[in-house]
Amino acid sequence: MSISAYVARHAQTLVGSLGRIAAHPFEALMTMGVIGIGIALPLCLHLVLQNARELSSGWANAYDLSVYLDKGASLSRAQAVGRELQARGDVASVRVIAAAQALAEFREYSGFGAALDALGENPLPNSLIVTPALAASTHDGTVMLRNAIVAIPDVVTVQIDTDWVKRLNGLLDLLKRVVVLTGGLLGVAVMLIVGNTIRLDILNRRNEIEVMKLVGASDGFARRPFLYSGLWYGLGGASLALGLVAIAVAILSNPVARLAALYGSRFTLKGLDWQISLAAMAAAAVLGWVGSWIVASQHIRAINPS
Amino acid sequence: MIRFDQVTKRYSTGREALSAVSFAVERGEMVFLTGHSGAGKSSILKLIALLERPTRGQVHVDGRDTNAVKGRGIARFRRDIGVVFQDHKLLHDRPVADNVALPLIIAGVARREIDKRVRAALDQVGLLGKELSRPLELSSGEQQRVGIARAVIAKPPLLIADEPTGNLDPALALEVMQLFKRFNDVGVTVVVATHDVHLIDVVGARRITLDDGRVTSQ
Repeated sequence: MSISAYVARHAQTLVGSLGRIAAHPFEALMTMGVIGIGIALPLCLHLVLQNARELSSGWANAYDLSVYLDKGASLSRAQAVGRELQARGDVASVRVIAAAQALAEFREYSGFGAALDALGENPLPNSLIVTPALAASTHDGTVMLRNAIVAIPDVVTVQIDTDWVKRLNGLLDLLKRVVVLTGGLLGVAVMLIVGNTIRLDILNRRNEIEVMKLVGASDGFARRPFLYSGLWYGLGGASLALGLVAIAVAILSNPVARLAALYGSRFTLKGLDWQISLAAMAAAAVLGWVGSWIVASQHIRAINPS
Repeated sequence: MIRFDQVTKRYSTGREALSAVSFAVERGEMVFLTGHSGAGKSSILKLIALLERPTRGQVHVDGRDTNAVKGRGIARFRRDIGVVFQDHKLLHDRPVADNVALPLIIAGVARREIDKRVRAALDQVGLLGKELSRPLELSSGEQQRVGIARAVIAKPPLLIADEPTGNLDPALALEVMQLFKRFNDVGVTVVVATHDVHLIDVVGARRITLDDGRVTSQ
């Protein structure tokens, strides 16, 4: 057999199997729908993960230190501490927040205005927000900086806001594993679904397979159209999944942008990038092929003409 | 071309369809297998086409011991034998042309070559112009001839037929038998199982008679 005849034969089987799927559009759509939902689920989780990373990486001030002075320390003392800190090499910038200013902001955002009035005097101390230099923007760097600041007279507490960053990163790592795990499980599910569809297909076409084997078809020849069907089911399911994810992103993007705006962020929901989309298509095609290969090999071998 | 040496075939039901059968068919010969139904005619054809295996004894086809043909070899072995079935065994959802082309598609023949040979084969059996019909749109006799065209299209050296005239009226049956005779005339070895003794006399060829799984005359 020449190479061109070989290619032509495969191309013919490829198109032929597509035609057979198209001949029963309802059944095909049901199978592809199940596969599509199965693939869409890990893709959605992946999107959540990807957007969460995007969002958290935007917070450059994640390592800021809040420095609270003694209640008795004056604003000029706070400014002096600020100058002292600004002179350090591991500090990028210092912002002094006067007690009165802090109270005004708290009154505006917290809604506890009436309660504050009842207190009579300002309960808040003067404070500073210290942003470490880039080189010191690590967990160890900020801890060292904190220890230095705590030693300054009139400084009462230094808060590092890194704990929640660590927790968030831990959560994202966990989510990543969940994505991989659900992806793996649903990949197996896709194989089983395609396998089962192909099994029914083979049973329906038992006669045809018998006749083909009677006139000298090898198991491989009889199996080929089913492998291509599996491929199409996988590709069709993946296309549906990408469509479902795109719809979900379209539905959610406006509410997400509005929510982000409330927090003063310009964050917008990002859809799947083309690499992931392509990978999902390829994975589904391979899973469909393998799923039908396992089933078709077994069932076609078992069909013997008589 | 075909040699049976002391072949016994016992099915899993316990029935012994063939008992120590021996006979030979020469290359280029035309032979009729006759006998009552259940005498073992179909079993012999099934053993030749590797649809069954002998319980004991050896079947040689074209110089090959069929006991040694296994696995992937079976499909390749069958491509050298044209088989005609009483119930035609056509694919009803494919047009006539696709049915006839099947052995060539399996053999990997180029499309253009296939089209040419399909027309030639249909011409030989008198069905030119029916390429696009579905098998069920044809009469039983026409369906049988589609089956014959499929059996001969790959030019196998051996053609076997199991009761090919079983469902046909006498005129059509004679036509089909004469068709087999024509293939035999161009060198194809032909083995036909039939209980229609009258037809055998008209066509004229060697006869192997079976009775209850034994060869009674050859």
